[in-house]
Amino acid sequence: MSESLFDAEQMGDTPGAAGPEAGPDDRKRGAADGVPVDTAARDNSVLYADHITIQFGGLVAVDDVSFTIPPKSVVSLIGPNGAGKTTFFNVITGLYKVTSGIVFLEGQDITNVKPHDRAAMGLARTFQNIRLFNLMTAEENVMVAMHSHLKSGVLSTIIRTPGQRREERASRDTARELLEYVGIGKSEGELARNLSYGDQRRLEIARAMALQPKILLLDEPTAGMNPQESAAFNDFVYRVRDEKGISVLLIEHDMAVIMKISERITVLDRGRMIAEGTADDIRNNQTVIEAYLGKTGTREGKRNKP
Amino acid sequence: MSTTQSTPPLRTRLAHHKWPIGYVVVIVFLFFLYFAILPSLVRPVSAPVIAWLPVATINECLMWAIMALGLNVVVGYAGLLDLGYVAFWALGGYTAGWLMAFPFNWTWNFHLLSPVPAKAAGTHINFWLVCIIAGCLCAILGIIIGAPTLRLRGDYLALVTLGFGEVITQFFRNSNNIAGFNVANGDPGISSIDPIGTGPLGAAGIAPPLLTNSAAGNVWKILVLGFLVGICIFVSLRIREGRLGRAWLAIREDELAASMMGVPPVNVKLLAYAVGAFFGGIGGVANATAITTAVSPSGFDFGKSVLVLLMVVLGGMGNVWGVLMGAFLLSWLNSNGLKQIGVQIDQIFGTSIAEILPRYNYIILGLLLVLMMLFRREGLFPESRTRALLMTPSRTEAEALGAESLEAEAETEAVEHADAATDARLVAAAVRTSPVLEEPEETPAGKEDGA
Repeated sequence: MSESLFDAEQMGDTPGAAGPEAGPDDRKRGAADGVPVDTAARDNSVLYADHITIQFGGLVAVDDVSFTIPPKSVVSLIGPNGAGKTTFFNVITGLYKVTSGIVFLEGQDITNVKPHDRAAMGLARTFQNIRLFNLMTAEENVMVAMHSHLKSGVLSTIIRTPGQRREERASRDTARELLEYVGIGKSEGELARNLSYGDQRRLEIARAMALQPKILLLDEPTAGMNPQESAAFNDFVYRVRDEKGISVLLIEHDMAVIMKISERITVLDRGRMIAEGTADDIRNNQTVIEAYLGKTGTREGKRNKP
Repeated sequence: MSTTQSTPPLRTRLAHHKWPIGYVVVIVFLFFLYFAILPSLVRPVSAPVIAWLPVATINECLMWAIMALGLNVVVGYAGLLDLGYVAFWALGGYTAGWLMAFPFNWTWNFHLLSPVPAKAAGTHINFWLVCIIAGCLCAILGIIIGAPTLRLRGDYLALVTLGFGEVITQFFRNSNNIAGFNVANGDPGISSIDPIGTGPLGAAGIAPPLLTNSAAGNVWKILVLGFLVGICIFVSLRIREGRLGRAWLAIREDELAASMMGVPPVNVKLLAYAVGAFFGGIGGVANATAITTAVSPSGFDFGKSVLVLLMVVLGGMGNVWGVLMGAFLLSWLNSNGLKQIGVQIDQIFGTSIAEILPRYNYIILGLLLVLMMLFRREGLFPESRTRALLMTPSRTEAEALGAESLEAEAETEAVEHADAATDARLVAAAVRTSPVLEEPEETPAGKEDGA
């Protein structure tokens, strides 16, 4: 179903080729100026990043990358170190401003939406190096993420109105359910910093899920997990997708995990998209192999056929 | 509540209200101590109590407690270092000056539920109303001060708030001519602010109708200020537990992560400023009406901001009870304690430092702060979370140092050596190398090794 969403067009553009005239929607779209927004991709996906370019001074961190997350899918972003994966992540979550390009969430332009509003709209993420609220309990960590869904204000909190009590109780229950769901139900009262590394990763996911997201962006979720844990993680990701209907976008270094888990894989190298397709496509893609191993490696190294 | 649930026994219901009951008992005890008990005791018994803890000092302590609790919301809960908190104290005081004083240049005559004689000129509004008005004004000022500083973090934020604190003082210093108007009488400030009225209690003859700085008035002020502090404690505790309190903690811990979790940093921080400033405004009104009965710019110097911050840090940032203790301790030292300590030292060693010691209060407080930072960074009564941070290494830190917990070790071993034969060999090897296990179990271990 997702085949039609990935058009070849995005690979054809060369930066700077387009003229200076404004794009169809009067937006600065850099290389994509004059190219109409792919409405099919925009409307049929949960998230569509259209011709994204980010420059830090003279460095082009992400160069004209278009990217789609179809509904209820598991999509991966891979690439060698410094390929721009996390930068791209930060664009989607609103941490970085794009130099040019548009980000759509369920067909809605969110390019200028603030990070916390994007989170409330359904973009939840975890961090490469865990960023929990260390001095809060596991339960409180999860409840913080419900902030945007709760309504009680200053006065109702002070007076503790029946509505506020009900809301607190409900959110506490939801938090416990979520902790149970990720497998750390017994640690609700522990301070986040006292959890083991693996449990901290789980707590981060629980916290992200408390946002009731449409997309869960996981930045190297299996880093530091042992083989069994990462195998269990595969199942977990599918459970999230199937039971909660959440799309999952992964950045991952562990190729075993990536190849097994992803329905679509996008490969970035030095800020550019060099390949896109299913696990098999990527495994056999000459450009990808070269990006990872270098040309010498391809000539001399041996590769295991699946 | 559904009807199936029986009402809990009185004891559990009381347990739910532990602190309010304890607090009321303490305040009422203090009140009766000075109202009835001390005057009826013989002088040798009552004199030392009155010398060490005069009523005026108790009132001052309570007033500072309001301030410290307010700053605790900003610094302790939300983690925003505010060095200009005196601004709210000043604005609160001046609000009292504007709304409940004999005029410095105004000739009209406006009364609203005020206890002062109706023919007195000037604006005279009820103390409780002024508290609310001053709180709201300060909350607005807090948002105005907060808004431009929100992009800043840490040191820069502290510098800007410091600047605002000074700006407010300078504004009041020059307030005798703001665009031709005398707004707040400049350097002399506003004097003879109305005392707090006691309403029906005064009318019934139980309490003096006006709580002036007389002995009787001061005793009754314990109840009024104690009530205000009680409200501040209540609000502090309640607000920490709810949605907003969690958001503040999250922002304090990791602002970026919090914003990624849908917490709007700007709104949440502004609310922290507003709530803190509200308390500060009430503290200002309490100070102007019950302690000094006058406001002038010289009272609102930078030192006061530092003093309040010191109370919060010394008591234990984020912990209401710690902050309360910090406020009581420091304001007591500042107003009466140092002098009394000096008197005691004089009596024992025959020196004469009783007059000098209070003048060196900032040196002594500074020294206290240095000692605290060296030996008890988390404050006297820290929040349990902070204590955890400063006293024990976190688990991941410990693991990074190689101190893996036993369960983690066992888990890894189970994964790595799933097959039983390997296990058996390992056990045998462990037994062989372990000096403790070797002696009693030599034979079976040897057998297994052979097999």
